[in-house]
Amino acid sequence: MAFQIIWFILWGVLWAVYFMLDGFDFGAGMLYNFISKDETEKRIITRTIGPVWNGNEVWLITAGGATFAAFPTTYALMFSYLYSALLLVLFSLIIRGVSLEFREKSASPSWKKGWDLGICMGSFLPALLFGVAFGNIFQGLPMDADGYHGSLISLLNPYGLLTGVLFVLLFLVHGAIWLAVKTSDELAEKAGVLARKLWVVLLVVAVSFLAYTYFATHLYANYFGNLVLLIVPVIAVLSLLAIRLFAGKGQYLASFFASCLTILMVTFTGVIGLYPNLIPSSMDPNHSLTIFNSSSSVYTLKIMTVVALLFVPIVIAYQIWTYRIFRQKTTSLDIAAEKESY
Amino acid sequence: MDVLALSRLQFAVTSMFHFIFVPLTLGLSILVAYMETRYVRTGDETYLRMTKFWGKLFLINFALGIVTGITMEFQFGMNWAEYSKYVGDIFGAPLAIEATVAFFLESTFIGLWVFGWNKISKKAHALSIWLVAIATNLSALWILLANGWMQHPVGYTLRNNRAEMTDFGAVVTNTYGWLKFFHTLLSGYVIAAFFVMGISAYHLLKKNDLTFFKRSFRAAATFGLLSSLLIFLVGDFHAAEVAKTQPTKFAAMESVWNTTQGAAYNLIVIPDPANERNSVEAIGIPKLMSFLAFGDGQATVKGLKEYPAGERPPVIATFVSFRVMIVFGLLFVLLTLIAFFVSRGDRLDSRTTFLRIMFYALPLPYLAAQFGWIVAEVGRQPWIVYGVLKTSDAVSRAVSQTQVWASLIGFTLLYGFLAIVDIYLLTRTAKKGPDSDLSAIVRTPRTQEV
Repeated sequence: MAFQIIWFILWGVLWAVYFMLDGFDFGAGMLYNFISKDETEKRIITRTIGPVWNGNEVWLITAGGATFAAFPTTYALMFSYLYSALLLVLFSLIIRGVSLEFREKSASPSWKKGWDLGICMGSFLPALLFGVAFGNIFQGLPMDADGYHGSLISLLNPYGLLTGVLFVLLFLVHGAIWLAVKTSDELAEKAGVLARKLWVVLLVVAVSFLAYTYFATHLYANYFGNLVLLIVPVIAVLSLLAIRLFAGKGQYLASFFASCLTILMVTFTGVIGLYPNLIPSSMDPNHSLTIFNSSSSVYTLKIMTVVALLFVPIVIAYQIWTYRIFRQKTTSLDIAAEKESY
Repeated sequence: MDVLALSRLQFAVTSMFHFIFVPLTLGLSILVAYMETRYVRTGDETYLRMTKFWGKLFLINFALGIVTGITMEFQFGMNWAEYSKYVGDIFGAPLAIEATVAFFLESTFIGLWVFGWNKISKKAHALSIWLVAIATNLSALWILLANGWMQHPVGYTLRNNRAEMTDFGAVVTNTYGWLKFFHTLLSGYVIAAFFVMGISAYHLLKKNDLTFFKRSFRAAATFGLLSSLLIFLVGDFHAAEVAKTQPTKFAAMESVWNTTQGAAYNLIVIPDPANERNSVEAIGIPKLMSFLAFGDGQATVKGLKEYPAGERPPVIATFVSFRVMIVFGLLFVLLTLIAFFVSRGDRLDSRTTFLRIMFYALPLPYLAAQFGWIVAEVGRQPWIVYGVLKTSDAVSRAVSQTQVWASLIGFTLLYGFLAIVDIYLLTRTAKKGPDSDLSAIVRTPRTQEV
């Protein structure tokens, strides 16, 4: 298999795992202000993601780094073409990070209120904008021999926005179920109810997205060419249904894994549809950025393959291990015990 | 200002801001890991309180280092797309390896360290901060190998309209990158040592918690002395490597205009770039510059006039920054030497003048590090990759002046705000001092499972 294809698969996996992991951080962050009734519940929510969000975010850094190393031309053009949108993502991620870290540093209510807003916006904006960005990539960017002809406003087209809303809802449901798993009593109850309600909206948006995709993009062409690939979107749909099924039975851990699978499969569905493009051109297919015309040399790809095969499994192993260490539910007892928290 | 000037300014602002936090992380992680190891080994609770107190300051700083680091990765593509296209085949690899090998480790185990006090054994907990310390230092290695390649490109060939990697081994064993790594690492250790000594001095002057702060000061003084001495040695090798590989930077660092055999080192120099000469050169030590640069008093040092004006770096900024860094470096050796001996006795808290000096010296290593980076980056100009690609050819073509103005203003406001929060939190936490109540530290175990 060509090394470009290996790296295309890895590229898709890195993004998919990033969305699966930081997705529940975003979801919990968006719900945080609305679902919590008091300070203790707020601290429980941030405490559920506290030990892991940092490690989750590194999947984004690695996805970015892998794009740079394996497909430098795509990295260069994607980041410079989407300059303003990525700047907003960057600022939001910075604000989310410092909000989560600094909120507990003072007891002053106005201090906390400010960071609360930061957690909420810093979770909502990246969720929306990643969706908008991927929606636009699925459609193709207006680029030709003269470069890029779009703007921040042109990214906010109906399909881009719908993909943004899809991402927001996927993460909201994902985050709500996460909270149903990781908290207890009243808060877990509320989160579970909310997850089931939000799931209905997600279903409507997901169906609209699948239909709109047929008209707005060429993503389905690969599937019509090779029907076996349809297994991926089929699993996406089945796992989406499974989220509700398990949530309805109160089996939130199973529901959470179904939600993880949904996010992975939705991302793969898009990525498979793109192949062999990384960013199609909506103006002239000759100017699409493909995994072949924008890749690094085979020599570099080989070295990066060795590094990835060696270290990514190790990363996955110790991340699973830390998730296991923090597998318990967070309760008000923890919060009381951690009066002197970092 | 055009897109190029704005992008350069933005990169300078964001990277210098990032580098306020990184060096303290490099050094303080090791000091905190040392303190926790002492606690695990001896069971002495003062060490536990030290781990907690310095750890708290470490974490405030760490958070900002992380978030401002994401900016760096984004900016290569956002503002320097032509650069990224041209050298991504080589430059992307160390960045991706850094994320995979080091950044994951650091970010995962910091979470375990912060929230894992009662979840893992004492030893495993101490091990997790060691992993964080090793990972941050490893992260610096890959970033500086990438930067080292920009300074002294090796292991590549120009093909397909770009630089393609032909020898990964050469990139990884690039002497320039390794010297830069050790130099940067040690600068971080010096910063951490002065940080701990400065805050300890503040409390010792107030006679707070004497055992705690004497012990902290002593550990930092030893660490600082070793680092200050080693950084001189490494700095010397590094300058020699610059003389060998980047003659224009070396000439600008020393403000040498005319090629000279057996060049003297002038202690006092006032450059006059307009007339391509130095208006003052005094107190010269014969042959010393040739000796320092090439290990041979008779060696020839190339002057800036050998190169077309368009290929020379800005002389004043490079020269002044280099001199200031050296003077600071000497000062740090002197101060840590005194600190080392003074802190060995039991009367440290009575040396009020020295403690006051150490308190005010806290920001100086930060300044020295910033000046060092000015030498490294301004001194490389007009090249972004020395001898291969000019900075002016590296900037993004698809980005407009308005966009970069907007992002530059955005960064300035956001980073300004973060700086205020950082200073506020650090001073408040530092002033408050360590917890005396250990019950705040030991947490109740829990039983509820998922």
